[in-house]
Amino acid sequence: MGVDTPSRRAARLVCAGILVLIGVAFLAPLIWLVLSCFDASAQTNVKFPDHPSLDNFRAVMNTDMLWRPLWNGLLLCGGSALITVLIATFAAYPLSRYQTRFRKPFLYTVLFATGLPITAIMVPVYGLFVRLQLVDSMPATALFLATTSLPFAIWLIKGFIDSVPISLEEASWVDGASPMQALRHIVVPLIAPGMSVVLIFTFIQAWGNFFVPFILLQSPEKLPASVTVFTFFGQYGAVAYGQLAAYSVLYSMPVVVLYLIVSRTMGGAFRFAGAAKG
Amino acid sequence: MKFRTAIAGEDLAAAALGGPTSPRPGRAARLARSTRQLPLAPALIMLILFFLGPVLWSIYSSFTNAALTGDGAANPQWVGLENFRRLFSDPNVTNGIWLTVVFVVGSAVIGQNLLGLAIALLMRGRNRWLRGTVGAIVVSAWVLPEVVSAFIWYAFLGQDGTLNQVTKALGIGSQDWLYSSPMLAVIIANTWRGTAFSMLVYNAALADVPLDVQEAAELDGASGWRRLWSVTLPLIRSAIVTNLMLITLQTLSVFTLIYVMTAGGPGFASSTLPVLMYQQAFKFSEVGYGTAISLLLLAIGAVFSFVYVRVLKPEA
Repeated sequence: MGVDTPSRRAARLVCAGILVLIGVAFLAPLIWLVLSCFDASAQTNVKFPDHPSLDNFRAVMNTDMLWRPLWNGLLLCGGSALITVLIATFAAYPLSRYQTRFRKPFLYTVLFATGLPITAIMVPVYGLFVRLQLVDSMPATALFLATTSLPFAIWLIKGFIDSVPISLEEASWVDGASPMQALRHIVVPLIAPGMSVVLIFTFIQAWGNFFVPFILLQSPEKLPASVTVFTFFGQYGAVAYGQLAAYSVLYSMPVVVLYLIVSRTMGGAFRFAGAAKG
Repeated sequence: MKFRTAIAGEDLAAAALGGPTSPRPGRAARLARSTRQLPLAPALIMLILFFLGPVLWSIYSSFTNAALTGDGAANPQWVGLENFRRLFSDPNVTNGIWLTVVFVVGSAVIGQNLLGLAIALLMRGRNRWLRGTVGAIVVSAWVLPEVVSAFIWYAFLGQDGTLNQVTKALGIGSQDWLYSSPMLAVIIANTWRGTAFSMLVYNAALADVPLDVQEAAELDGASGWRRLWSVTLPLIRSAIVTNLMLITLQTLSVFTLIYVMTAGGPGFASSTLPVLMYQQAFKFSEVGYGTAISLLLLAIGAVFSFVYVRVLKPEA
């Protein structure tokens, strides 16, 4: 990179300095979370705990507060992620392989649907759930969550299938395999890494989703952690901030770990952001 | 009859375009061909039931006085354009539209987009360690669930929060930021939360900008800003457009962050359209009116999404 003049070295130092400042600014709000979860008497201020302890974690680690909401979240989000990937793969296969007149409009509609604000349809969806008597039903909520991520998943998985050469399947058709057998034995093993990324990202999205279960579920024993954290701490005064911080850490842990796994093994968001560009 | 010719037409098209067809179109083969679109059915049913259905229902019920409880719940009456007339004369709605615009422009177009671009540009040529650390911090803000981000910012900006500790130490004095400037508070929080996405998109885009183009411009004597403006930015233009559309659509539907931080308050000072929709439908039990607001939000989203599909022009 050319000649290193003093002015250029100064410019580099300024750039690095600005980057460090941005990093510090992004880190600052997180410091409270990390310090408070070890401080039983934590308030909203940043303070190193006088007596660092795990008391906050112990206080929230019980069935009602933590274990059942986490389990509910796992059922709800794991269920919806599995449904999404399964149904999206089925739908993506004919869309990738057969030319029909409605294919293109359908794909454009799917892409269009990925952009619609899901928040906006929650009022009518609640109305629908009341009509069908599905309010407070976990399977129905999981199915709705799956539908919201379906357009994006179909779009991505169709892209993966497009990249599998059709000649492989043609060989199996000659041997008498049906398209569905070809999908299962030839295509799915080849696109499995892509499918698992879609699975994990759908799960992460659902895990962080507060609004959908907040509207569609009501019984406290059915709520996932995203809503429980709000009902326990957000709605009442005199908040136990230390416990809130500890709970937030425990609730965030699964998605942070999953994100790390994806980004380590797949190049993660870089590739994912690339895939999202079409 | 018409149906059958339609299927035959498809097969001709499939044959012409090199789709898989069997050489002898017997009865069984024809059946196989008409069933091969069948795997689309579950997706179609789900999308119609939970997506298209509610949208159509919301168009219908926004013309009624449907409510959660009472008379309006049992037998909603047709009220024509009443909800929409009310919508555009309701100061809370016009205020909500304005706040939504401020929120999207402030936190997405300016905040996430410019900050993400700046970080991606600043990262180029820095050493691995600095890139990795700053990248990890920014991404961790993005990975955390939305409710947790909202709590973190609630604590950070509160009366005794970190920001006031800093301003007090600097002698500027303290204030309850969530109360005195709620919109600024949620804009900063959403910028913090979403910047990583723009950063990742721009990192990927900048990685594709060939270095020799940069060096050529440098040899021609172009200054840093000049190189950025006339060489780098035009080369990543499509990434910028895509990113702007995506983050605009994401930001339009942000509910949780604002609801947990300010609940739309104080008063209606931070009630963007999603929050206002929730308040009308569930807090004040006016489903018909809340639905009218959600249609407005949906229409704004549809316009952006339509432009997005047109700009992207994917090879479907």
